[in-house]
Parts: sequence; structure tokens; C-alpha cells
Amino acid sequence: MDAVEGMSAVTGPNAGAGMLDRRNPPGLFNRLYGKTGWSLFFAGLAVTCALVPLLNLIVPEGSFLHLPDYWVALLGKIMCYAILALAMDLVWGYTGILSLGHGIFFALGGYAFGMYLMRQIGHDGSYHSDLPDFMVFLDWKAYPWYWKFTNHIAYVLLLVVLAPAVLALTFGFFAFRSRIKGVYFSIITQAMTVAFMLLFFRNETGFGGNNGFTDFKRILGHPIATAGTRMILFMTTALVLLGLMLVLRYIVTSKFGRILMAIRDAEGRIMFTGYNPLIYKLAIWTFSAMIAGVAGALYVPQIGIINPGEMSPGNSIEIAIWTAVGGRGTLVGALIGAVIVNGAKSWFTQAFPDYWLYFLGALFIMTTLFLPKGVMGLIDKWKVRT
Amino acid sequence: MSAGGKSPAVDVGGSSTFGHLMPPSGELDASHGVVLYLEDVTVSFDGFRALNKLSFSVDVGELRCIIGPNGAGKTTMMDVITGKTRPQSGKVFFGQTMDLTKMREPEISQTGIGRKFQKPTVFEQHSVFDNLELAIKADRGIWHSLFAKLSGEQMDRIDEILETVQLQEMADLRAGLLSHGQKQWLEIGMLLAQEPKLLLLDEPVAGMTDHETVRTAELLKTLEGKHSIVVVEHDMDFVGSIARKVTVLHEGSVLAEGTMDKIQKDEKVIEVYLGR
Amino acid sequence: MRKFLPALTGLAALALCHFAEAFDAATATVLASGNSDTRIEALNKVIAGSDTAALPFLEKMLAEGVKISGDKAFIVDGDKAFDPVTGQPAELPADADDVVNSNRMRNEIESAISTLKLTSPDRTVRLEAAKSLQGGDTDEAKLPLVQAAETKEKDPEIRDILGQVRANIQLTSTDKAVRLAAVKTLAESSSPNIKEMLSTRLAADGETDPEARTAIVGAIKDIEGRLSRFELIAQIFTGVSLGSILLLAALGLAITYGLMGVINMAHGELMMIGAYATYVVQNLFRAYLPDAFQFYLLAALPVAFLVTAGVGMVIERLVLRYLYGRSLETLLATWGTSLFLMQLVRTIFGAQNVGVENPDWMSGSISLAASLSLPYNRIVIIGFAAAVLAFMWWLLTKTRLGLFMRAVTQNRTMARCVGVPTAKVDTMAFGLGSGIAGLAGVALSQIGNVGPDLGQHYIVNCFMVVVLGGVGQLAGTVLAALGLGIVSKFLEGITGAVLAEIVVLIFVVVFIQRRPQGLFAMTGRSAEV
Repeated sequence: MDAVEGMSAVTGPNAGAGMLDRRNPPGLFNRLYGKTGWSLFFAGLAVTCALVPLLNLIVPEGSFLHLPDYWVALLGKIMCYAILALAMDLVWGYTGILSLGHGIFFALGGYAFGMYLMRQIGHDGSYHSDLPDFMVFLDWKAYPWYWKFTNHIAYVLLLVVLAPAVLALTFGFFAFRSRIKGVYFSIITQAMTVAFMLLFFRNETGFGGNNGFTDFKRILGHPIATAGTRMILFMTTALVLLGLMLVLRYIVTSKFGRILMAIRDAEGRIMFTGYNPLIYKLAIWTFSAMIAGVAGALYVPQIGIINPGEMSPGNSIEIAIWTAVGGRGTLVGALIGAVIVNGAKSWFTQAFPDYWLYFLGALFIMTTLFLPKGVMGLIDKWKVRT
Repeated sequence: MSAGGKSPAVDVGGSSTFGHLMPPSGELDASHGVVLYLEDVTVSFDGFRALNKLSFSVDVGELRCIIGPNGAGKTTMMDVITGKTRPQSGKVFFGQTMDLTKMREPEISQTGIGRKFQKPTVFEQHSVFDNLELAIKADRGIWHSLFAKLSGEQMDRIDEILETVQLQEMADLRAGLLSHGQKQWLEIGMLLAQEPKLLLLDEPVAGMTDHETVRTAELLKTLEGKHSIVVVEHDMDFVGSIARKVTVLHEGSVLAEGTMDKIQKDEKVIEVYLGR
Repeated sequence: MRKFLPALTGLAALALCHFAEAFDAATATVLASGNSDTRIEALNKVIAGSDTAALPFLEKMLAEGVKISGDKAFIVDGDKAFDPVTGQPAELPADADDVVNSNRMRNEIESAISTLKLTSPDRTVRLEAAKSLQGGDTDEAKLPLVQAAETKEKDPEIRDILGQVRANIQLTSTDKAVRLAAVKTLAESSSPNIKEMLSTRLAADGETDPEARTAIVGAIKDIEGRLSRFELIAQIFTGVSLGSILLLAALGLAITYGLMGVINMAHGELMMIGAYATYVVQNLFRAYLPDAFQFYLLAALPVAFLVTAGVGMVIERLVLRYLYGRSLETLLATWGTSLFLMQLVRTIFGAQNVGVENPDWMSGSISLAASLSLPYNRIVIIGFAAAVLAFMWWLLTKTRLGLFMRAVTQNRTMARCVGVPTAKVDTMAFGLGSGIAGLAGVALSQIGNVGPDLGQHYIVNCFMVVVLGGVGQLAGTVLAALGLGIVSKFLEGITGAVLAEIVVLIFVVVFIQRRPQGLFAMTGRSAEV
């Protein structure tokens, strides 16, 4: 079985400490997190929505306490990755579906929002045309049909979740209906990833080919490169991340969540118990793709570029390792993993660029061999001992 | 190698993919006293006939035992009834109206057929209680499961089942930590929680201690009448202790049927079991 | 494979034997003096005699570097003069006159030079000469020489051009019979250029005779039919060639994934290491055994096999051993391994591609027609893939290791019970799969760039082949590899390479969803969920 999860050894995920009074279940507040959990949650909220803006915008630049823009950007980026890791944890950690295609959903969300940002450039491109530079370059005279309405933010926000959702729903429907699971599923998601990457590398696809989208100027009419805009994007990302920590926690502590885990551990049994795994898998798979799309949409305006490189198979697999490092099936683990691995990446690629791949490779191997439950497993062990 | 021909074990058509969204195809109509009816069912795997024109039926409330040597087709028969394998030909009806060959596993389960596998399968990472919670009769849809809360009635029912299968003390234990026999019981308990009309039990006492076996026999007897039960078993003592009617399968079809005494005297059965 | 060598040397030898009668002082004089008609007559004689010794003189004449004094011609270079035949310095008489060439004469000399050059042993000289004739006039006097050159010519490209030159001369002949005969022979051609030429003859100012016109139309049709057949053959060949590469790459996976159930994402990197092993062997040969350089590939095969098998066994012992039965973890761990190996190769050999040279016997191509030539390296790789396949089949069905491997595949516990050393068999089997990846790497080094990313390009396709063929089915793997190869090459013709790859990937994904067990399915009953 493929199911060594970061939960306490003796009791199931629904059981708190000792026997529960099942007739009087805890209220929603207590169901989601314990005391520590909520403290950390509010601490996170305070740091991202008060402390960071304060230290970055209010504290003057020369000061010892000033938080440089670089750090805000890095934190914002890592939070996007954390959202992506949460999406991965839902399908892999909880449902046992290892996706090697979440990079596509992420990129689709990013491209969808990127379309809006490209339209916001207006006539400020190098060719001062109605069309983005790359279309002028291709000698196109008008926007292709799928660019329609992308100048409306509401439509684009919808597209950010719908584009990945439609792909996930279609792909998932056929795959799950055919009872494709395990590595088999992983491999065909990777094939899908490669197909999409190749598609987006083509200039004729209409998404800027190799170069993708970049040189954004404005968002909602405001210049994108100002400290204020950046801080708002950062805080939006933080709020989305924290909000997801609540929503997803609700999902995994519901009966729905327990059914997902049951599918992961014994899909046949859940089927003979009368649940249709297809529906459940499809639901969580599609939902997860939508979350990945949101992560992508938050990522692009902060990083300022989206190109098909984001779709490379390696990127998608890396998402899995963030989740594994933190500990699968715990949500918090995914967040921790994304922070640890991406933090390490930023440091390594500056300090020892030649050694990053050694480290990442070793991380893949060591985590699977020695840390099947990730960091959360370590914390659990440490808790049991004390 | 067979390049052609659909694999019956895997490809089960898409006609009823979303079947569970619709209400199960009517209620069980067992007005003629027959709950399960198989006629001329044939299943072959790459030329090997696992079931060969198998025909037999089970009455409402009956406890039927099925025996037979290895490879007689017992497990394949259960696969056919529960929708895991599609027969190449033949009829499989649940009551008068429900054609099981046209339904998928979850639907079949929802219409009231519960199955216990040869190897006990429970949700090992879930607590015993959660296992039963997942099995308890309720809406199987997504929205319901997102907002589901156990009613007092369901709570009582789970407590009752816990008591029946003697796992009250272990309600909060991870199911993976149960002993083999306890897992078998938990699985039976989960079947009971589904309130099925027909129970299919594949070797329910395999790996159980003598004491547990006796308890299981008692349990099954109390269920007789309330549910229709089909038991596949190798343990002849166990079969003898519960069965009124026994069906012997051999090479994919029925070899003999009748009371235990009659079966034990049947020449053909003796030959099959003892060799020629 | 060495039989290609004589073919190559023979080609050169044939081109050399073209010296008929010698160019003498008298001819030089006639060429340089008198009126144009006599000069042209002399020129044609030189051409008819394939007198290549006249070439320097003719070229000099074209460059206004010839003077004549009485009945003696001289080559002049600045202040110095030379004897036109011997090339010895000579005394230039004071009364020497420049040889003046009319435009007509210049054209004649030019085409004479080209015609003569057709007999040169140097391929590039001949090619250039043939090309210069292509756009020139259609003087029937040149016909015999062009024809002679064409029959002697072995190079397909030049022969094709010469064929066109000849056809052009014949097609514009004033004699209808000659034209008809020309069309008849041309109908047997398989050159797109000749088809093009025939089409232009159909234009308003071209052929006027109705009989000849019908003949031309028929000839075009014939050529088109032949061309499309050749195109089909060429596409099937490139498809099979791609398929054999896919097969080579996937065969190792067929063992590690198909038989052992190990998802080895580092398979591509093992191929890459095989290619780098070839590179190292090549360099060693170049440094220490330059005489045997042609055979370095043969030495590279065992080296690549052993190196990658070794790497594979180390991976199995250190990593995979602890992950059997946990396939998703295996996937991640081997992906990590692949990153590690890639970076290792970057550290050792640098991030740039390295150069691996084809040995001579693998360069060049067999030409079946002007539009159809099959490169030797592709042919060799198809044969090599077949050989590796045979080797694997033999190993799996005829050896003890194969027997053990099949036993472990079918029932690990049972195999252990009857005394099969399963752990050892696992290591050996993984080593074997990796070694075959190494052999694939040797083949890949001969047809593409060798760089640290080499494996990444193949890994997804490899898995597609194995999954499409049906896990654990050698015959399925072969069929899937060739099928995918041919299909993608055909698609490439229609949609272009990138879209073709996308379409093929989508096709495989859809196919797997229709038939999750691949081309060859296994069925059975289920005692467990």
C-alpha cells in the first residue's frame, strides 16, 4: 500500500486525542484546527497582512528593520508555490493520485491572467499597436477568438479557474472512467504535460511562443511595478493561501475528505460500499486544478513573466517533492515543504548554482527513502517522544 | 496473445458512468421469492472458461453456501454479481427487474448487494468508527458527503453494529491495527451498515481462530431471514454448521445442489473432491 | 558493415579513369586562332575527346590570358608567358597578339569547360560543372558527351542534373522523333526536377506538336506515380528508423518497467551515459589507436553496456531496493536520480554538447533514386535495434537469468520459495535493462547531439511505447515502437513536427484510456479488491 501518511499512528484522522464524544461533535472552529493551529494561522495573518507591509513600506529603506523588495517578491513567489503544493496534496496526499501535470494547470491559470495583463499594456508595446508585440511580429491583424473578452477582468478571473478546470475535467473523466490509476495515471499526465508544453512553444498557438508573456505595464489600470501594487498582490496571495488553509481543512475533515482517503487506501472497497470513485476523484482533481490555476494567476503579475518553460515536466514533478518533503496528506506539510524547498532553491541558486541539482536530486531520493512522512512525520515523532 | 476482444475484467462500458447520480433502477422486486437469479452465465479469460453456462438462484432470506475446488469459478461468480466482471453471455438478475450486467459496481452496491472479499479489505488508515461511518446507509453523493453529519439514528446503528461485531472497545483504533479476524468482522460490520438485501461473503472465516469462527457462524445465523446471504467457503465444518442448502461449483457450472447430507453422499462431488 | 567501404573507394576510382588523347600545341593553336567556326569545331573535338588537359588553357583563354604569335599560342600571366601544353616558361615573341573572343565564342568556351569538367575526379568540380550546364544553351553537339558523362556518373545528385541537361537538349531538338524518344526515356525518371522540366515544356511557348504533348502529359503522370511511391517508401523508412530508435530506447524500459514494475525515470539518463561512454571511447581511440578509429563504435558497445549496467545496479542496490511495491515513490526517487546523473555529467564533461563522430562507414547514404536516399547510419541503427531485440529475446527465453526473471515477475514469493535468489535477480534484471539503455545511448550518439539533456527528450516517448504496447509484452513493445514511429513520420508530413508529436501524445493518451492494458491485455479473476 502506498499510504503512509502523516497522521498519528494509532488513531484515525477523524479521532482527536483519546475517545471523542461522538454525540456532541466539536464546532466548526474546533474541528478545523487546535489551539496551536489557530495561533499559527493568526500569526501568519498578522505577519503577511500587517508586519510585512509595515516593514517594507513604512520603515525607511536604510533602517535595520526594513524588509527589502527582494524579500517581499520571494515570499510572494513562495506563497504561490505553497498554494500549488496544497493543490497537489489534495490529489496526491489525500486521494493517492500522483499528478505529473499540475504545472500545466498552474501555467494555464498564469497564461489566462497573463492575457489580461497583455491587454492592459495597451499601446505601450514596442510597436504601439492594438495587438501585443508578438502578434504584430507574426503579422496578425486581429486577436484570435480565444482572446475575446480577455480585457475584462471578471471574465479573466473566471478563465483562470475554468481553463484548468475544463482540461482537468476532460482528461480526468476519461482517465478515471477507464480506471487508470497509480503510476499509469502519473505517466499519462506527464505525456499531457509534454504535449501542452510543445503546443505553447509554437508561435502559432497565439501565446507568444518561446517568450510567452512579459513586459506587463498595468493591472486594473494601475502601474504594476510600484511598491503599492506589489504589496497588494502579496497580501492577496497571502489571503488566498490562508483562506485555502481553512477551506481545504474543512474539506479533508468532512466525510468527503474521509471518502477521498478511503479511495486512496482501498478504492475497490469504496466502490463496493456504494460510492462512485469516479465522481469523487473527478471532483477533487478538477478542484485541485482550479487551485493550481489560481496559484498561477497570482504568480504571473508578481514575477512579471510566464512562458512555456513553466510547463516543463520537471517543474510538475518538483511540486510533488515539495509536498513529500513537508509530509503528504497533512495540508500544513505541503505548505512547509514548498517553503523549505523553494527557500533552499533561492539560496542555492545564488550561493552554489552548480550544486542545486545535486541537492534537489538528493532531496528526492532521501525523502522517499528516509522521510516517507516528511517533516510533519518528524514533528509527530518528536511530539510522541515528549 | 489475444490482441482482439475486450478484456471483461477491465473495460466495463461507459453507459452508466454517472449512474449513481440517478436513483437506483427501482426498488428490489422480489415478489416471486427469488432475490438473485443467474442463467447460462459464461465468462472466459483468454479462452479459459471460468464460468460455463452457470445457472442458479437464491431465495429471499436464504443463507446459501457455495463450495467447490480451486478454480471452480466461485470468486468469478461473485465478480459477475457485483459488476466487477462482465459476462460474455447469460443473465444476472437481482430480483425480478434489475439486470446486474448493465450496472456498475457502485450502483449494484447501492441497490443492496454487499460483498466481502477473500482478503479482508477495510480502510486501514481510518478508525474503526470511520470505517462504519463511511459504510452506513446514506446518500452517496458529493454534496451530501461535504456537509454530512451523523444523525442520532445512524449513531445508534453504528453502536449496535460495533456491538454485534464486538469492536466497541476499538472504535477509535486505526483499522490497520486490527487482527486478521477483527478485520474480517469489521468488513462484515461494514456490510451490515450498508443494510444490503443480499450479502456475498467470500471466505468469511479464513484466518480466524476457532472461537472467532464459531462466533461468525452464530452471527450469520442471526442474519438469516433478515438478509439473503451467499457464502463461499472452504471450511466444511463451518459450512456444515450454518448451511441448509449447499451449491457445489465445478469447472464453472453447478455440479450439485442440496442439503449438506445429500451433498456429502453425492458420487460426483466425492469424485471431484477426492480425485478419481 | 565493412562491405560499404569498397563501394565508396570504387566510386572514386571510376571517376579517375578519364584521360583519352593528349592536348597538343597544334590544337591549342587552332583553338586560339582563326575564325569562330573553326575554333568551335576544334573545341568540339576537344570535348569529344574528353581532353581534360585542355582545361587550364581554355580557362586562361576565357580570362583573356592567351596570346598568339604566328602558329604558336602562349598562356600569359602578367609579364611571364608559358607553354600552353607543358606549362613551362616560354619566351613571348614581341608580335604576340591578344586572342579576342566574341560573345558566342565565350559561351562556347564556358560550356566546353563545364563539359570537360564533368570528367573530373573531384565530385565538387563535377557538380559545379553540371550545374553550370543546366542553365546553358541546348546545343546538340554536347549531347554525346553529356550522355557519356551521365552513364559514367555514380553520384546521384550529379547524375540527376546531367539527366536534366540531356533531357533539355533532347526536348528542344528540332527533330520530333528525338523529342518523342526523349520524353519516352524521361518517363522512366523519378526526378522531381525532370517532372518540372516536362511541365514547362507544356507551356504555350514550349512543345507545340500534339502527339508530343500527350506523350509529355503521360510522362509527367508516370513520374508523379513513381515519385509518390518513393515518397511513401521514404516515409515508411524514416518511420521505421524512428521506430527502431524508440524501440532501442524503450527495450530497456520494457524490462525494468514491464517485467519488474519499476518506474525508472532515470532511464533517459542511462541512455545519456551510454552516449557519453561512446564519446569517451571515441576520444581514447583517437588518442591511442587512431588507425583503428573506424572501429571505435564496436568497442563502445560493450563499454557502454557495462558502464550503464553498473550504474543501474548501483541505483538498484542503493535506492530501488527499498522501494519495491511503492511505485509512486520509485518514480520520484528515480527522477531525483536522473537530476543527479545529469548534473554529474555536466560537472565532468561540461554543459555543452560534445562531438561524437560517425565512423566513415556510417556516413553517407544509399541512393535508390534521385529523391530517395537512405542514410547508412539509419540503416545500421535499424539493424542494431533488431539485433538488440534478438539478444533480449534470447536472454529472456533461453537463459537461466531470463527464466528467473520471468519467475520473479509472475510470482515473487513463489520464486523465492523454490530457491530463486530474488534480490540478486532484481539487481541483474535492472542492470540488464540499464545496460540496454546504454546500448541505445550508443545508437543515439550517432544520430543526434550528445549532451546532458539527451535523455530528457526520450523518456516520455519511451514510456508511451511501453505503456501502449502493454506492460510486460515484448511483442507489444515492438509493435508500439514501430507503429508510433511510422505514424508520427506520416503525421509530420501533414502537420509539421511539433503538431505531429502533440497529436501522437494525445493519441496515446486516448488509446490508453480506451484500452488501459495496452495492445496486449492480460485478464484474470480477482480474489482481492
